[in-house]
Amino acid sequence: MNNAIKDLLFRLADDELVLGHRNSEWTGLGPILEEDIAFSSIAQDQIGHAVANYTLLHESAAADEPLPDAIAFGRNEKQFFSSQFTELPIGDYAFSLIRHFLFDHAEMLRYELLTASSFAPLAALARKIKGELKYHVLHADLWVSKLGQGTEESRARMQTALNEAWPYALGMFEPSDYEAELVTNGIFSGEEGLQESWLEVVAPIIEKAGLTIPQASEPKYGGRHGYHTEHLQPLLDEMTEVYRLDPAAIW
Amino acid sequence: MYGNAYIEPDSELAAKMAASREEDPEKLAEFEARIARGEKIEPDDWMPAEYRRQLLRMIEQHAHSEIIGALPEGTWITRAPTLRRKLALIAKVQDEVGHGHLLYSAAETLGKSREAMINDLISGKSKYSNIFNYPAKTWADIAVIGFLVDAGAIVNQLANAKGSYGPYCRALERICYEESFHLKQGYDAFVALAVGTPVQREMLQDALNRWWFPPMMHFFGPPDTISVHTEKLMRWKVKMASNEEMRQDFIEQYVPKIWELGMTLPDPALRKDEATGVWEYTQPDWDEFFRVINGDGLCNKERLAVRRYAEENGRWVREALMNPIQKRMVPYA
Ligand SMILES: [Fe+2]
Ligand SMILES: [Fe+2]
Ligand SMILES: [Fe+2]
Repeated sequence: MNNAIKDLLFRLADDELVLGHRNSEWTGLGPILEEDIAFSSIAQDQIGHAVANYTLLHESAAADEPLPDAIAFGRNEKQFFSSQFTELPIGDYAFSLIRHFLFDHAEMLRYELLTASSFAPLAALARKIKGELKYHVLHADLWVSKLGQGTEESRARMQTALNEAWPYALGMFEPSDYEAELVTNGIFSGEEGLQESWLEVVAPIIEKAGLTIPQASEPKYGGRHGYHTEHLQPLLDEMTEVYRLDPAAIW
Repeated sequence: MYGNAYIEPDSELAAKMAASREEDPEKLAEFEARIARGEKIEPDDWMPAEYRRQLLRMIEQHAHSEIIGALPEGTWITRAPTLRRKLALIAKVQDEVGHGHLLYSAAETLGKSREAMINDLISGKSKYSNIFNYPAKTWADIAVIGFLVDAGAIVNQLANAKGSYGPYCRALERICYEESFHLKQGYDAFVALAVGTPVQREMLQDALNRWWFPPMMHFFGPPDTISVHTEKLMRWKVKMASNEEMRQDFIEQYVPKIWELGMTLPDPALRKDEATGVWEYTQPDWDEFFRVINGDGLCNKERLAVRRYAEENGRWVREALMNPIQKRMVPYA
């Protein structure tokens, strides 16, 4: 059971760290000052969630896991279990916004399920995080609706972004090797059910924004097992550039 | 963060022109009496045209400095060496963007739109603090900026917060409160490097050498020439302290903190004259100051190019906010 919990925590934390990194790239460059500030907030929350999950790994799940910084900065791409969705470059604002929308709805539902986890420290953390996510989701819904119904250009950009994002978004629900064990032990109720409820939530919002979900997309799996796109390793190289100067130093 | 408002070289000329636009002497006397009593001037109050022009330019420059100032530090967010430092840096840069936002709103009360100000920034017409035209080359630069540039900004902004224009003072009060957190975080990162490994200390010393001369020594601007014009700006509480007073205040507060950590500053002449209490230092090259202000610094082109890129890439978003299709689809009834 230990490995199952570890795997679950790595997925949760790595998603947050990698997407938090991407979203933080908007700081200072947003399309309007208000959105610049909003993406900074989202990035901070996500990196905060990553820290919380890495802390859980270190403290409660596996005594052999090091401190959060060493977990975050001390691994290569093969050792990352984030979905490929999170590592894709920020693209234009439409892509980042659509990713924020699709990811945060999944995250919100995931943490909602985890509030009932039999792994008590994770259930407690999920209850804490859930409250924050409400604001992310409200922000995302509002902007998807604004830009879906803005100008011809904004609608076209949003549709293009949705088409690109969709197969990767489905990749967020790549089943774990420990799926059965997680379900049986009441730790997490599983990816399949999560994907279904996610679709039920996002589909009407997308439709109301005047956008169309692309048909017949193959989910982009692999990330949850350490197989990534060409974008993750350069991201990690950048992220660890200073840390690697001297991993033993106190920064 | 921010350096002192830069008084244009042609300000004497501008002052003469403004003076020739005779203000109503009665209104002017009442205006000056209000300021002398310590009252704040509000957007709808009568004010001399020259007062409006100077304040607008000053607040606008300050707003631009916050926005451009987000760039050198922003590039280090993704490279911060610990998760805690990363979180602090995102929050800090976010605050700076927030300061820009707040200051554009304060400047708008004087009659120029945010859009017009941003257009003047990216066209190169408006100025911003020179200090951001120098590059942030290593992580240690982030510690030095967070500590010393924010400290300088606090010296400048605390002075200006006692000025006469209500909206600017209120914005500055909130800004100063946040800047003091930046200073604390910056100092914390600075100390971590100063007491760290030889590699870390070397990085820090190198950054300190580059940021002291000339950027920090230029930060408050050249020693003011005492003119009728600057006297008037001080009487109107637009300019609250001379550049040299602020520089002295900054040196007095922060140089000892740097020395205390065993770090050095690249100026052998830097010392306090214990008899007078005045700090002596080598004058930086003020010609360079004017060259950089006028566009010839290490990073001027890059900073404006990045800002222009952000503006151009965000245009479709701003347009979408202005003309929703929805409006056209609403039936006339
Ligand atoms: Fe999150
Ligand atoms: Fe600031
Ligand atoms: Fe600051």
